[in-house]
Amino acid sequence: MNIVESIRIALKAIWANKVRSFLTMLGIIIGVGAVIIMVAIGNGASKNIAEQIQGLGSNLLTVYPGYFLYEGDGVGVMRSAPTLSLEDAAALEQGEHIQAVAPMVNTYEEVFLGSGNTQTSIYGTTASYLKVRNKELQWGRFFTDQEVADYKRVAVVGSGVVESIMGSMDPGIIGKNIKIRNVPFQVIGVLQGSSTGFYFEDNTVLIPITAAQLRLTGSKEVQEINVQAVSADDMQSAQEEIISLLRKAHKLGPGQENDFEISNQEDILKAMEEATRTMTMLLGGIAAISLLVGGIGIMNIMLVSVTERTREIGIRKAVGAKESNILWQFLIEAVILSVIGGGVGILFGWGGSALASRFLGFPAVVTLSSVVLAVTFSALIGIVFGVFPARKASVLNPIESLRYE
Amino acid sequence: MLLLITLQGITKIYRTSKVEVTALQGINLHIAKGEFVAIMGPSGSGKSTMMNILGCLDTPTAGEYILDGMKVAQASRKTLADIRNKKLGFIFQGFNLLPRTTALENVELPLVYAGVKRKERRERAIEALKAVGLEERIRHKPQELSGGQQQRVAIARALVTGPSVILADEPTGNLDSRSSEDVMAIFQKLHEQGNTIVLVTHEPDIAAYARRIIHFKDGRIERDEVLAKNMEAPA
Repeated sequence: MNIVESIRIALKAIWANKVRSFLTMLGIIIGVGAVIIMVAIGNGASKNIAEQIQGLGSNLLTVYPGYFLYEGDGVGVMRSAPTLSLEDAAALEQGEHIQAVAPMVNTYEEVFLGSGNTQTSIYGTTASYLKVRNKELQWGRFFTDQEVADYKRVAVVGSGVVESIMGSMDPGIIGKNIKIRNVPFQVIGVLQGSSTGFYFEDNTVLIPITAAQLRLTGSKEVQEINVQAVSADDMQSAQEEIISLLRKAHKLGPGQENDFEISNQEDILKAMEEATRTMTMLLGGIAAISLLVGGIGIMNIMLVSVTERTREIGIRKAVGAKESNILWQFLIEAVILSVIGGGVGILFGWGGSALASRFLGFPAVVTLSSVVLAVTFSALIGIVFGVFPARKASVLNPIESLRYE
Repeated sequence: MLLLITLQGITKIYRTSKVEVTALQGINLHIAKGEFVAIMGPSGSGKSTMMNILGCLDTPTAGEYILDGMKVAQASRKTLADIRNKKLGFIFQGFNLLPRTTALENVELPLVYAGVKRKERRERAIEALKAVGLEERIRHKPQELSGGQQQRVAIARALVTGPSVILADEPTGNLDSRSSEDVMAIFQKLHEQGNTIVLVTHEPDIAAYARRIIHFKDGRIERDEVLAKNMEAPA
């Protein structure tokens, strides 16, 4: 008797118990599907974040107020300090390798217009913002350096904010006065919606940094300074320039540490990739556990099936089936169940990923490796969890099996 | 006269943790090719144990069993499976057909394990079903057949490999008298065609179809009786 016969017998047995076979497979279907969907979401998220960061411009550097060390009583204490100011930003503009500088402050406020209102991020910045962050306007204009210098209460809003407070993308927002903490700001422009569709990008209000400091944050502190290098090749020299300009501005002696930090795209990208990889592994791990549970389900059903089919095994043995024939029959049955389950699971995972893409707003990426992994794993599960019941079936005593009711 | 089955001093002892039960005590028996033998006896007489040993489903504790020239008493489980497949045909009281499986596929089953090719398997299975008069029912599943028909499918399954011996354990035990007659008529025909048949029964009128009746009692042969119709004496 060859393997083809064994497969035929196994398929017949699966077909003869359609409902039970399906329920058995369900565990594997969900397991494989979950692995694929989870890994696809993880991959999609990391790809999306990478694109977002690259979309900011490849020659962008960001300066943050640094953490620096107080050494009192021999105990190291980490502290943040408000070390960046608008003067620093002005100083950086002197750099040869620096093209544009946009200092920023950020706060989260409720924005009102008539009866409409929304919670949103408010960024205080300068006229260079558009250039530095690679942004475009949909309607209107951005505020000028003069308006920044004059503490003008003007605002450029994201498309998400327009939809929230106007009910739709309505150009009529231009010229309206929105209220932030009861202070009116006149809307002069609307940002173009972001292609990536990330909600938070479109849900912003930009105002002159001077007005933001005066009316909202109430301090001279600058939370970050975005610096655009002349070109991607100038990143290193621009970075060195920032260090020397800021050290000079902050009057730091030779022995003192920098009281600021510079991060570039690559660093952020690496950190984000690291984070999303960890998340992907976590999600995949949780999904793998459900695959394992599915495998145990197969073993459970196969064990029940062996008991239930004791008489069948007796009959087969009486007409000449060897122990190896019975072993193969049950093993192949378990493997077929898990492989078919794996196959359906792939389709399910694929469909699920497509569906997830719609809700997430970024595409979930199904990778070949996750599919191969899931299928290999499910076939392995079939073998591992099939051996025990198959072995049990094969060594049944034929006389007792025939008597079994 | 060709000897098909030779049993010498066959003893079977069942041991449980505390009790020892002797089911067969030194059975000596010869069955020639073409014989139609009935084994009778009250329950607990050892006739079922006898049947299991003859059918290579069980091995004796002691003694020698020679089937068609082969010593099988101490054979491995794998060899026994092979012997059951090629030399023996079983018919049980409870039919023991695979449920949800057509008559044809049931009859094909021994040939599957014998490694016979699909096409030949089908032809031989149809042939065997014709021999028991069920050529109209080959696509029926056991639950769609009457008891008598199911037993005839089982007979076809026993016949299909062309076995040396057909072993029947109470084949009419679950049948009404009409079906019993049908089934016994088939045994009669098989005997006339030269098949060797060993049948266990406790009904005298079923045993009467045989040419030789062996009476078991307490694990021994009590009486070995040759019926008048018999043409040749047992060894």
